[in-house]
Amino acid sequence: MNKRQKLNLVRILISLVLFIAAVIIPAEGKARLLIFLLPYAAIGYDVLYSAARNITRGQVFDENFLMALATVCAFAIGEYPEAVAVMLFYQVGELFQDIAVAKSRKSITELMDFRPESALLIRDGVETKVSPEEVEPGQTIVVKPGERIPLDGIVREGFTSVDTSALTGESRPCDVGPGESVLSGAINLSGLVKIEVTSKYEDSTVVRILELVESAASKKARAERFITRFSRYYTPCVVVAALLLAVIPPLILAQDFSQWVNRALIFLVVSCPCALVISVPLSFFGGIGGASREGILIKGANYLEALSNAEIVVFDKTGTLTEGSFTVSAVHPEAGPEAELLEIAAHAESYSNHPIAASIVAAHGGDIDKSRIAEITELSGLGVRARIDERLVHVGNLKLMEQIGTLGRDCDRDGTIVHIAVEDKYKGHIVISDRIKPDAEQAVSELKRLGIGRTVMLTGDSRKVGEAIGSLLNIDETHSELLPDKKVAELEKLLSRKNKNGTLVFVGDGVNDAPVLARADVGIAMGALGSEAAIEAADIVLTDDKPSKIARAIVLSRKTMRIVRENIIFALAFKAAVLILGAMGLASIWLAVFADVGVMVLAILNSMRTLKIKN
Amino acid sequence: MRKVFKLQNLGCANCAAKMENAIKKIDGVKDASVSFITQRLTIEADEDMLHNIVEKAAKACRKIEPDCRIVS
Repeated sequence: MNKRQKLNLVRILISLVLFIAAVIIPAEGKARLLIFLLPYAAIGYDVLYSAARNITRGQVFDENFLMALATVCAFAIGEYPEAVAVMLFYQVGELFQDIAVAKSRKSITELMDFRPESALLIRDGVETKVSPEEVEPGQTIVVKPGERIPLDGIVREGFTSVDTSALTGESRPCDVGPGESVLSGAINLSGLVKIEVTSKYEDSTVVRILELVESAASKKARAERFITRFSRYYTPCVVVAALLLAVIPPLILAQDFSQWVNRALIFLVVSCPCALVISVPLSFFGGIGGASREGILIKGANYLEALSNAEIVVFDKTGTLTEGSFTVSAVHPEAGPEAELLEIAAHAESYSNHPIAASIVAAHGGDIDKSRIAEITELSGLGVRARIDERLVHVGNLKLMEQIGTLGRDCDRDGTIVHIAVEDKYKGHIVISDRIKPDAEQAVSELKRLGIGRTVMLTGDSRKVGEAIGSLLNIDETHSELLPDKKVAELEKLLSRKNKNGTLVFVGDGVNDAPVLARADVGIAMGALGSEAAIEAADIVLTDDKPSKIARAIVLSRKTMRIVRENIIFALAFKAAVLILGAMGLASIWLAVFADVGVMVLAILNSMRTLKIKN
Repeated sequence: MRKVFKLQNLGCANCAAKMENAIKKIDGVKDASVSFITQRLTIEADEDMLHNIVEKAAKACRKIEPDCRIVS
């Protein structure tokens, strides 16, 4: 509680004591009015003041005015305790709302608060403490164990393990050494490291994440817009209804005014849509905040809403369901050990920087003795010819084998096949394939469990590879051999197939798929913290590259939407019931106070659940 | 262009909704949103009109909540 809230609490307690005293003291007539006016003044003076001030500014349907009107009318018809109680509870509600909102804002910003306060800059060989904004790319900073890494950079000296849980939700520390990049916001756990800064503070990962989540509140969901629109009409309507209720029935039925004024008061007390106006945005904010803690950055409440209605989930293959890096998956020598075949191939490919060549060199693992290699010739579209240990070696595709008059053996494995011949004699082949991510299968099966209507995979790869991975992962539909522009066309076709209320989610790695990300109802870029363009184009950014996070994001969005709906229905139904009962004379003013303050309190408490959605 | 401002002394959620509606009606504003939770005002408008718009927005906010201030 801050100072203002504490003062308010004291004021509420004093008024409460005065109020209880007033109820107990047996006084009549003017004296009774006086002893009730005492707590009323103590608790309501600021409301009365604001009401008077706002009415001069033309703000008729202002909360303060309505509360003032309701309580003054209650005094006028002799309902003194009710008048004081309404004001008292109104203030209790305001205080509670103040604390709850401040607290939830704090807990959300706290869990995202990994903003670094300072950086240790090495300037002329001396460590100086500066603010992170002052550090320029290219400068070197020191990060001690236990400290937060203030800026993005590359480790130049030292080894350590870093905790990136604030960024990715992944709690397992990861080890880094010289040459490896580290992200700002991660905590340096074990060793002292020197880091060369690669980006300015305002472009750093930390600042980007915080900006993304904080500005998410400005993109409102349909449900929020509905509430804003609704509240614009609700208050005036209820107030007019109250006025009519106070005047017309007594005139028609020739009854006493006080009974109908009493009923009208109930209307005034429930005329504020506060419960909805606060709890709905709060739920979304909590949902977005809770997701960001798990490494799911949602750029607006509207995307959260759209995600909850996901009907078709479309995956890009490379980099999304697969690692996007090539590895040797099989070595098939005609004779002799596998290592020997790999060694020959690795030496022949050692001068190439093609990813396939790199994967063979990596699989070989051992040293490349360059003195053994002579006369390397790249044969474009075929492979490479080299002389290794004075022997002529050909490494390449089947066509190359044909050209040198050797019969290559085809392989039934999926992937790229590299054949090797020595002195024109076939020696065997190596299969290179893209590895499927360990959680890719789980990602798809979880989506099915969540009742997602259709899962689709788009790939530029060959039909053989595409269909193999598609069926392995149990994906409903696979479209292969798509050039980047064809992916958008394919997406358009899928979009026209879905139901009106369902949404299409596209998941990519943010590389070359910006147009598709933008075209989908919800575009998710994964592992894309480093890429400005991907963050710009995507609606949701996953800080790590696990496809299984998508199901989790859908669960979070659905639960958040459920809480939002609960609040809307609960608050509306409760207020409607009180209005109806009130008009019939069946509701007391106490019930009305509960409908106003109590419902708001319950709705706020309910919306706070979005912060802690379980798996 | 889109610009974000902080709001000081934004006391009630309903007022935030009213401010949003009022600011959206200002000439030249393409879109506006007021978030009670983050106490932020986002205005989308042409750059050369922005200064003028912010002044009008500040006036609109004061009318709804007299203590409310826009800070950039």
